[in-house]
Amino acid sequence: MRNRALTPRRCKTIPLYARLVRYGFRKHATYVWASLAGAFTNSVFGVLRAYILIALWQARPGLAGYDITDAITFCFITQAFIGPMQLFGGGLGIPERIRSGDIALDLVRPASLQLWTLSEDLGRAAYLFLIRGLPPMLVGAAVFGIRVPTDLVQWLAFLAGFTAAVVVSFGWRYLVALSVCWLVDDRGVAVASMILTTFFSGMMLPLHLFPGWLGDLAFALPWAAMVQLPVDLFLGKAPAPDTFAVQLFWAAVLLGLGALGTRAIRHKVVIQGG
Amino acid sequence: MVRTYFLLIWTWTRAAAAYPVSFTLMILFGIITSGLDVAVILVVFANTTTLAGFSRDEVLFLYGAASVSFAICDMFISNIDRVSQHIKAGTLDTILIRPVGAWIQLAADRFTPNRLGRVLQSAVVLGYAVGALDLDWRRAWMIPVMLVTGIVIFTAVWTLGGAMQFVLIDAPEISNALTYGSHQLNQYPLSIYARDLVKGVTYVLPLAFVNWQPGLYVLGRDDPFGTPEFLRFAGPVAALALALLAALAWRQGVRHYRSTGS
Repeated sequence: MRNRALTPRRCKTIPLYARLVRYGFRKHATYVWASLAGAFTNSVFGVLRAYILIALWQARPGLAGYDITDAITFCFITQAFIGPMQLFGGGLGIPERIRSGDIALDLVRPASLQLWTLSEDLGRAAYLFLIRGLPPMLVGAAVFGIRVPTDLVQWLAFLAGFTAAVVVSFGWRYLVALSVCWLVDDRGVAVASMILTTFFSGMMLPLHLFPGWLGDLAFALPWAAMVQLPVDLFLGKAPAPDTFAVQLFWAAVLLGLGALGTRAIRHKVVIQGG
Repeated sequence: MVRTYFLLIWTWTRAAAAYPVSFTLMILFGIITSGLDVAVILVVFANTTTLAGFSRDEVLFLYGAASVSFAICDMFISNIDRVSQHIKAGTLDTILIRPVGAWIQLAADRFTPNRLGRVLQSAVVLGYAVGALDLDWRRAWMIPVMLVTGIVIFTAVWTLGGAMQFVLIDAPEISNALTYGSHQLNQYPLSIYARDLVKGVTYVLPLAFVNWQPGLYVLGRDDPFGTPEFLRFAGPVAALALALLAALAWRQGVRHYRSTGS
């Protein structure tokens, strides 16, 4: 006799990942105060960095095709991106799971480790977009005044570009996290990734300011797709189709490498003990 | 007290040196990470010759002076900002019953000598700026004074940040805005900021005395905000006042602490 009640119902793929996105959101929603503290710190740094850009744009009005309001908006929106895109690194929890061996459990699940992690990360990003993204923008608007898109098409373009940027940032952080499998100590890679991401994404200064070859290099690297490109969509400084093409290219490359890496660790992982 | 502190950090250093490759790499990465702030200054000055009336080398001088003090505190004191972690983990109880002051133990907690990279990097920038600027040597005596003043002020700021965490157990990141924010503020000439903000960091939280007021004296410049001349020399007094306040706040924090009792 078959007892259907005891057979766990197999989760269908789309509902499974949709549920993981929701869980990712809820998991992070537990720590409201920590997130608000992060938003406060991001806002303070936004104010301090804004003055640097104001001084620069007062010396060079119209630099890089931005006016002062664009530069201020740039500053606060990059601060707003820190949480959702985890620009300082981390957010995935994979390194700890590799070190503790729990990763073996993740790998035998009848679902892709990469998609599983991506779904949770999208939920996390959606939550942090609200709680760590909006406050710096509001502070920027209150203290200096910022520019926001005026029409719906531009808003939609920005939201699409932002989502693509989160996927690119996940693609990169996933590769960094998997490297623990080969390197054991991940601190070196984590710091190197932080340096590359903060500098080459445009988080510290608009990439348009980088002189000569350094600017060309910065725009040719994947990190530009995380911050500089979506911000230019927000400011209406870049054509949306070209931006999406670059972002999708980098998302495909990084996720593809991530898929290869996931396959590699399936062979690499050694389950200790009994 | 000082001996205990050095004994503690020596113990942590020996622990870190057990992994020599990781240790060396972290020093190297420390240099690069803190070098990013210099890269930002250089990129800014690739686009302009003066920023709020100050040249590139003058900004590098102000950056270097603030960063040497900050990096030294980052190395020796900054571990104090893990107060809330200790409270949550229950380890603060252990720390409080030991026969050494909690402040000393927490400052030395998980000391990592690899932050030396940041001190070196800042010192190189300061050395470069002092060499590149045509400074009046009769005013150079102020440079060591401002470095020591800066160390006292940043130590007080970190202590305040740690003390705040006795209250803000769930939101320790707020103290980052105070500590790392203070450094961010002091990397550039204060003339870029709004007048009210500068008044605040002169008369309320005396961050202007880390490098701005004494730096103006060394550079032989007038204050664009027109503050009186004697403030250039008021750094040590301001630093001591802040240190006293921080000590009181820290005592208050430790007294405020209630263990979970479990």
